[in-house]
Amino acid sequence: MYCPYLLLLLSLGVSAVEVQRPRGVPLSKRQFYEEGKPFTCLDGSRTIPFDRVNDDYCDCQDGSDEPGTAACPNGSFHCTNAGFRPAFIPSSRINDGICDCCDTTDEYNSGAACQNTCRELGRKERESLQKMAEIAKEGFMLKQQLIQEAKRGLEEKKGKLAEVQTSKKDLEDKVEALRSVKEAAEQPEKEAKERHLKAWEDQKAVIRKEKDMAKMAAVFLELDADADGSVSVAELLLHSELDQDSDGTFTETEAQGLLGGVDKVDTVAFEAVWSNIKDKYISEAKADTTAPVETPQEETRESVSDTDSEQYPEDDIPEDEEEEDEDDEDEDPDDGEYKSPPTTRTQEKKDDEDEGTMPPYDQETQNLIDTAQKARNEFDEAERALREVDDQIRNIEKEISFDFGPSAEFGYLYNQCYELTTSEYIYRLCPFSRVSQKPKYGGSETSLGTWGKWAGPDDNVYSVMKYEHGTGCWQGPNRSTTVKLTCGKETVVTSTSEPSRCEYLMEFTTPAVCQEPPSLDSMHPDHEEL
Amino acid sequence: MAPVLAFWLVLCLSGTWAVDRGNFKTCDQSAFCKRQRALKPGESPYRALLETMELTNTRLTLQLINDNNKVRLLLELYRLQGNITRVKINELKPLKPRYEVPDVLIREPPTEPLSLLSQDDNGVVLSLGAESQRVIVSARPFRLDIMEGRDVLMSLNSRGLLAFEHLRMRKDTFSYKVTSTVASVWDNIKRPLYVTVLPLCFQTGKEEEEKVEDGMWEETFKSHSDSKPHGPSAISLDFSLPGVEHVYGIPEHADTLRLKTTDNGDPYRLYNLDVFQYELYNPMALYGAVPVMLAHNAKRTTGIFWLNAAETWVDISSNTAGKTVFGKMLDYVQGSSETPQTDVRWISESGIIDVFIMLGPTPKDVFSQYASLTGTQAFPPLAALAYHQCRWNYNDQEDVQSVDAGFDEHDIPYDFIWLDIEHTDGKRYFTWDPHKFATPKEMLQGIMDKKRKMVAIVDPHIKVDSNYKIHNEIRSRGFYIKNKDGGDYEGWCWPGSAGYPDFTRPDMRAWWASMFAYDQYEGSMENLYTWNDMNEPSVFNGPEVTMHKDATHGAWEHRDVHNLYGLYVQMATADGQIQRSGGVERPFVLTRAFFAGSQRYGAVWTGDNAAEWDHLKISIPMCLSLGLVGISFCGADVGGFFKSPSTELLVRWYQTGAYQPFFRAHAHLDTPRREPWLFGPENTALIRDAVRQRYTLLPYWYQQFYLAYHTGQPVMRPLWVEYPQDPATFALDDEFLIGRDLLVHPVTEEGARGVTAYLPGKDEVWFDVNTFQKHNGAQNLYIPVTMSSIPVFQRGGSIIPRKLRVRRSSSCMEHDPYTLYVALNPQRTAEGEIYIDDGHTFNYEKQEFIHRRLMFANNVLSSVNLNPEARFTTRSWIERVVILGASKPSKVTLKTAGECRISFTWKTSLLVHSHCRPQWSVYAYCLFLMWPVMNSCTNRSQS
Repeated sequence: MYCPYLLLLLSLGVSAVEVQRPRGVPLSKRQFYEEGKPFTCLDGSRTIPFDRVNDDYCDCQDGSDEPGTAACPNGSFHCTNAGFRPAFIPSSRINDGICDCCDTTDEYNSGAACQNTCRELGRKERESLQKMAEIAKEGFMLKQQLIQEAKRGLEEKKGKLAEVQTSKKDLEDKVEALRSVKEAAEQPEKEAKERHLKAWEDQKAVIRKEKDMAKMAAVFLELDADADGSVSVAELLLHSELDQDSDGTFTETEAQGLLGGVDKVDTVAFEAVWSNIKDKYISEAKADTTAPVETPQEETRESVSDTDSEQYPEDDIPEDEEEEDEDDEDEDPDDGEYKSPPTTRTQEKKDDEDEGTMPPYDQETQNLIDTAQKARNEFDEAERALREVDDQIRNIEKEISFDFGPSAEFGYLYNQCYELTTSEYIYRLCPFSRVSQKPKYGGSETSLGTWGKWAGPDDNVYSVMKYEHGTGCWQGPNRSTTVKLTCGKETVVTSTSEPSRCEYLMEFTTPAVCQEPPSLDSMHPDHEEL
Repeated sequence: MAPVLAFWLVLCLSGTWAVDRGNFKTCDQSAFCKRQRALKPGESPYRALLETMELTNTRLTLQLINDNNKVRLLLELYRLQGNITRVKINELKPLKPRYEVPDVLIREPPTEPLSLLSQDDNGVVLSLGAESQRVIVSARPFRLDIMEGRDVLMSLNSRGLLAFEHLRMRKDTFSYKVTSTVASVWDNIKRPLYVTVLPLCFQTGKEEEEKVEDGMWEETFKSHSDSKPHGPSAISLDFSLPGVEHVYGIPEHADTLRLKTTDNGDPYRLYNLDVFQYELYNPMALYGAVPVMLAHNAKRTTGIFWLNAAETWVDISSNTAGKTVFGKMLDYVQGSSETPQTDVRWISESGIIDVFIMLGPTPKDVFSQYASLTGTQAFPPLAALAYHQCRWNYNDQEDVQSVDAGFDEHDIPYDFIWLDIEHTDGKRYFTWDPHKFATPKEMLQGIMDKKRKMVAIVDPHIKVDSNYKIHNEIRSRGFYIKNKDGGDYEGWCWPGSAGYPDFTRPDMRAWWASMFAYDQYEGSMENLYTWNDMNEPSVFNGPEVTMHKDATHGAWEHRDVHNLYGLYVQMATADGQIQRSGGVERPFVLTRAFFAGSQRYGAVWTGDNAAEWDHLKISIPMCLSLGLVGISFCGADVGGFFKSPSTELLVRWYQTGAYQPFFRAHAHLDTPRREPWLFGPENTALIRDAVRQRYTLLPYWYQQFYLAYHTGQPVMRPLWVEYPQDPATFALDDEFLIGRDLLVHPVTEEGARGVTAYLPGKDEVWFDVNTFQKHNGAQNLYIPVTMSSIPVFQRGGSIIPRKLRVRRSSSCMEHDPYTLYVALNPQRTAEGEIYIDDGHTFNYEKQEFIHRRLMFANNVLSSVNLNPEARFTTRSWIERVVILGASKPSKVTLKTAGECRISFTWKTSLLVHSHCRPQWSVYAYCLFLMWPVMNSCTNRSQS
């Protein structure tokens, strides 16, 4: 049961209007459907008797003969939706049992129980439009402030930049002056230190010699098993570690060779022998204990280092080293050396422990050192100040160079961060910098991207931000985040989602995107039909 | 996701996208396969003891003896109804019973009498009834030959490869202990190299002892050991197929339709496995197994159904393999050639030999024969034949809603949206993530309001968690599979540690089915259906990513039942869906693992494929192979599961998938989103068009599935099934038929400018469904293609019903009218069918349907009721008839009960428009008259 005509009763407020036309035809096309006259398809392809309009059989290729039935695959149906917004729906949705038009007109023969919800929808839409308009209005005002602030801020920054650039010049001069002072003081310091060191080295050599002689004497006594005042071949042979060719057997001939070709030597001749054997000689008192203990220690050390290399990929190692190097460079190397002799033990020092420590510098040398150190400190300080100024300049220049929108209205977001906490994560958006995600209950932060670009459509570039090159996903791309900006009074992250693996979407409201609201008159689309 | 990640990382270390072959056994690494394959053709040690023969009305029994070890076997031979011969061989007195596969045959197959034709010392000859078919049982050595007239159709044990490892006691002798100790020590030392210990022979008593070989009583693969407490139990038998050069079937393999010879590599393997990123064109095992092979030549089609659920390997060799076409021709000309012959050999790890030899002679006969044994395709709800939108995973209810809205916004129809494992509360099936899917009924209602449906995944691995109801119930009822030590078997899967319910138990299945009741499965509604994945079963930390073979199912080992597990899971799930509606509604369950008989329970897909052109191509032979062995409801993940498809590949895949039985897009978790509208308006339009073509053809698909349900004929068919005498069709892999009337040659080449389709049948004509252009059969036709082309042809002589009013889901189209596409053959006749019912209940079993034959002859289109008992009314009607291959008529009339105005237009085809609504029930009296000579309609078509 279907009729080609539909009596439209549109009631809005006090007015009631009757408009007669075939079902599904919008008012704007009413003139093409004249009752009783042959109908020409809107594409002009053919003309059919009027009773074939809406007869549930598709005659026109463009579907225009069946505006009110589902007969044409490419047709569209017009719902008036009085009280709300009129709409076109594909004709395949006519009588499919699903309510599409809020005025229920699409389901006239399907048995679907549709309720007319147009008024309710209209009311809601008006409310929400009104609310949006209010927000837009306030937001737009805030935006004007932001623009003013941004202008002021920019001026300030430019002023500051000029200022800092001037002070940089002064600092550079100062650094150069102090460098000369420092270098002048360091030359005498260096010479004095070298002198001191040389004297110490000479003294150490004497001490070492004395110790050697003492040890030689002790060894002689140890070797001289029969205490006859001389060391014989037989006595020497007891020390197999002295095996000259290390072939495992220490022969008499070899021992004799060590003794300089004779069978025995006295204390005097032993001096020559001592220099040949002292590297290999192992005192009987130590011999049993040392060797076996060291081997397992080495093994342990090796296995530990093996584990380390497995845990940390080899690639990491050079990086670590580099970092350390950089650290070293930051500290003044002279500084360290200067302090070390009196207080700390270097590796070398440890080996020669019994040689004693270097005596303190004499007063004259110490004075030179103190002078040089003072010059170095002053120079370093000046240089540090210069670096700070450089950083300042770089930061200001960077900020000035950012694209903060046509009127720099987004500038206020710079150096700010906004967070949103969901059931699992804390999301953090630092505009023009980075986006990150951190598990709510412990765990490390994951980068969801660093500032990439404005990525809105051509007509509204500043509506979308793109953050790229975040932490990589396993077998996937690097994480990235799209931030959609909508107008709001507050600056806040309203939602986040991950529509596709490792591609995040963030909704962000800010007054900076608010447009000047249109006047309220143009905001009632439901007038169209009347 | 932590456990998942851990698993993926492990796999990742192997570093490539391809399958890690090292995770899966070769024949050499599977001890029984290696042992059996080491046997070479020769004289069989088996002898038939004719004096033991007993012939009753229904069967023949006979003892066989192995002259080497004197172990006796019992042969049973049955002649079954419908030209099937069943051969069963078991040990005469096994130490313990050997497993015989239950629940696969739909009933004890009815027998027909066997009669003795002749008998002497050398053997007996039995009549198989029809067409002078006989079985010859030869005694020494034992072999069986099935003859028709003077032709040998098939021979069993003709190559002497019958082998039966009888059950035996483990030798606890000193020598054994020494051997095993040495072996295990040696194994420990050499484990990574898998050195095999040389077999030791020893003699005890007078009979020759079986050699004790490594792997008989224990076997180790990678770090997994199989304890084999019952020792060796393998079986093997060879089949010779004289005159056969083409064999098909034994899915599931990612290989060509025509099976290859296996002489130079591994045999085809049947062992249900979760193969990560499977490789194409090789005989490795995949998710499912149907041990059915079809043999075909221009004269006859036969089938072998090897009913065994244990790990199985199939060797194929051919005496013509490797011969060039020229060589074959030379043989032919010289007449000196031996007959071409294919030899097949089946090897299974345990159980008995139980073979059904289906003697055809036509492909359709073989399908009917197989269907008479294992049943036919479940008749799916109509909506299940429509388009399915899936992804691992739709994140939350909001995501589901927005995807649903996206389809409406872009005017693309779909019927099912799917939820993968992430929808659950921590991979606890039957539950919902409390945050992402907090109000599932609300979500399902929203989908139902659009007349659409949802599928949620329910896998058979159950999280071991004492706060999980399902786990607690299964454990307290003792329903879990047990490990070899008698405890509940636990393996690692998506939820972490998981138990595996013993679906081989009827009481377990009944309980599982009851879990789908609306009051048990919280959040479920009548438009929620089920997907069973991982049911090989997949065990991430098990041998070959599956269950240990020495796990136990009551009296049986997992070894015996492995390939059957997936079938049981789907069976129990489908039962649950039927029961929840009180037996009214048809179920829809998708499964990844399957076995012979799985067709009775739902749909199957080809598992985790990849977004590559070759994977698109292989979807055709993979589904064709499944169709040949009864499983018609087959599809591949549209777009490819792993990796991300190029836009061109995605579009081509939609175009191909739209013409394959199960049409579902799916994507891996780590791939970018790929809903159809994400690739620009042009590609959205291309995909929309492909999906809409599917929807217009739903009446035809539905009718084909009704036919498959009724007769066991495959829906998606290789061309040779319809053109069995045309050798040009025998190896076609890139085109196929839907039913017998639609030929599809999808574009599966990147950057294709054209395809060459073979149009079969020298008496046939084929109409391009887009241009209505007519082409003659028996030719290779080059068809230029653009991105919008899907080359599809309708056979002249056919009538295909379509619904051209495509709506947002198939349910929305229920009452819409039909357009009949009548494609005339050179005799200007055509024939087709229409089947209509309510689309979702079992009421068709109560004759509530319309099933009519549509005929066009003598310029009259008429129809006849194919089932006079049937009663059904529909609001739909025929709005249009398109007649292809007709000349312009002078007049067209319609005879019907009341007044009815019709008109017609003629361009390249004749369009007859009906401006009234003749009801289907009235259609018996309704006919079209046309062409200069007016024909009157006789009322031959009564309802």
